[in-house]
Amino acid sequence: MTPSFKTRRRNGLLSALPLLLPAYAWLTLAIFLPLSAMVYFSLLSDIAPNAPSPSLTIENYATFFSDPLYATLLWRSLVLGLIVTLACLVIGFPAAYVLAKILKGRAREAIFLLVILPFWSNSLVRVFSWSMVLREGGILDTALNAVLPFEVTFDLIYSYPAVVIGLVHSYLPYMVLTCYLTLQAIDDALIEAARSLGASRLSALRRIVLPLAMPGMLAGSALIFIPVVGSFMEPRILGGRNGTLFGTVIEDQFTAVYNWPLGAALSFILLAVVLVILLAAAPVLRRTA
Amino acid sequence: MARVDVKNVSLSFGAYRALNDVSISFADGGFYALLGPSGSGKTTLLRMIAGFEYPDEGSILIGGEAVESVPVDKRRIGMVFQNYAIFPNMSVAENVAFGLRVRGEKGAGVEKAVSDALDLVQLGHLAKRRPHQLSGGQRQRVALARAIVTKPRVLLLDEPLSALDKGLRKDMQIELKRIQREVGVTTIFVTHDQDEALSISDRIGILKDGAIVQEGAPEEIYDRPRSEFAATFLGEANIIEGTAEGGRLTLENGVSIPLPQEAARSSGHLRCAIRPERVHVVPGGLASVNLSQAGTLTGIVRHKLFSGSLSTYSIDCDGRQFQAIVPRTGEDDIRMGSPVEVTWKKEDLIILA
Ligand SMILES: Nc1ncnc2c1ncn2[C@@H]1O[C@H](COP(=O)(O)OP(=O)(O)OP(=O)(O)O)[C@@H](O)[C@H]1O
Ligand SMILES: [Mg+2]
Repeated sequence: MTPSFKTRRRNGLLSALPLLLPAYAWLTLAIFLPLSAMVYFSLLSDIAPNAPSPSLTIENYATFFSDPLYATLLWRSLVLGLIVTLACLVIGFPAAYVLAKILKGRAREAIFLLVILPFWSNSLVRVFSWSMVLREGGILDTALNAVLPFEVTFDLIYSYPAVVIGLVHSYLPYMVLTCYLTLQAIDDALIEAARSLGASRLSALRRIVLPLAMPGMLAGSALIFIPVVGSFMEPRILGGRNGTLFGTVIEDQFTAVYNWPLGAALSFILLAVVLVILLAAAPVLRRTA
Repeated sequence: MARVDVKNVSLSFGAYRALNDVSISFADGGFYALLGPSGSGKTTLLRMIAGFEYPDEGSILIGGEAVESVPVDKRRIGMVFQNYAIFPNMSVAENVAFGLRVRGEKGAGVEKAVSDALDLVQLGHLAKRRPHQLSGGQRQRVALARAIVTKPRVLLLDEPLSALDKGLRKDMQIELKRIQREVGVTTIFVTHDQDEALSISDRIGILKDGAIVQEGAPEEIYDRPRSEFAATFLGEANIIEGTAEGGRLTLENGVSIPLPQEAARSSGHLRCAIRPERVHVVPGGLASVNLSQAGTLTGIVRHKLFSGSLSTYSIDCDGRQFQAIVPRTGEDDIRMGSPVEVTWKKEDLIILA
């Protein structure tokens, strides 16, 4: 970068300050303050109803390491995050490609609407409708049996696949949208240039489109991976006993067991692990992007 | 290298007919310019030869074989896009190597070919640069090197110079011509710019509303345009119309002018054109010309446009504006508002269809 560019950018930042201030003030209020409160909570000893005034301790963090169950659950959550993210990528990228590069006009608008429609319905409603669809004697089961000549019992509810299906459905739009935006920004002439130079469709996709769409795919993956690792609603409703994950355990601490300090500590461990993963991935990702 | 034949090709986008029964042939090794106003179908024709669009009717032959069923990547063409379409995720050398790599070529052969191509466009020293570090002219040359390194049968260029400023454009025109001659590839060059078309191409095709209006060598089209459109699109022209009889043309205002030999036998309504630089301006209306050999009109000088070595006069001849380009020899005593006589040799009159 040239020096003149740098000074221009600094001036830009200075003049943008009034515009940025409200956003940062809000972020401070909405994220920093609750987070600080949670840090404080995570360091308290268990607040039993009739306990004397609580004292500060790191016992809650120690709990995570003393019981291997927590690590196992965390691992399960990370694997789930990976599976859901990959599934969203595999389903979402082609959809975004078709939307951005193949469809035009009316058809594009219609399909686009269908993609973002899930955003408009309440997430709880969405998850419960999946539970209707997936259970034995549910919509999918009945429909399949009506069509197929032989008897099948289709009972996915309270299983790991049900959790994956529900989560993929919830988070797919993020992937489609981020990929759509980067694909949209890729000049069609680049693809045509590649084709004119002798690249097949597939080869042009692999050598030109995929590398250029990488930032969108990564952004979408991060947007999905982080919340999925901490998810608890879909695992609880669709997974039942099989949906016990790190996120549901944290939720239990707050809503069922009322062990807020442990819940807070586990949340921070999750946050730290996710941050470490993102930091570790950053150099690799930057190279590909 | 190969010749390209476009035969009776039509293409519609929905209800809009972008190309209408176009037939044109591009000889092996020639340098063709496709010229026409915006929206006339130049890009569409080029994209059709490349294989990005398919004709509704008619056929396209490259090297004598029909290419309808041949996809873009198998047509062995090179294309330079208007915005160059340099791959931003690759260095200059990688961009140029792309066409060879997708064909599965590897090793020293690729490197040699890439550096040869870059030397040809005089960019050998910038091989490692990223595209965003290049100027417009350099990008254009990368695009050209990338297109010719695969030894295409046909080189298609869609207004490759339109983004450049005038000086650079002139340089690039010369360079493009040099490279084309060196490589010998059949080249089809789309442009808006008539001077560009005239100066670098062997042949010109003029398109209008999706149809070829005229096709031929630059001098031929300039000297013998067949329609008012061709005459006014390629250069300036004064249009004269009237009734022909007995080798003379009688204008609306009653003035009679001689017709050239070729139109000696025409009769009835006739449209003609005369190039402004073929017009002589005589001050004071004192021309002593042979009225059977020269056309003469009288008028009043209304405007004068000075452009260095030339002056362009706009002369009002009975309500009709007449343009005359006169070299500035230092003896011009043509004043604004003064009466003048404009004359031309009768052979310089162009008969339009
Ligand atoms: N994909 C398309 N869909 C619909 N109409 C199109 C499409 N491509 C081109 N056209 C129309 O076809 C006509 C010819 O377009 P084309 O791009 O060939 O013009 P052009 O001669 O290259 O013009 P310019 O000099 O402005 O580039 C235009 O009227 C344009 O609107
Ligand atoms: Mg065009």
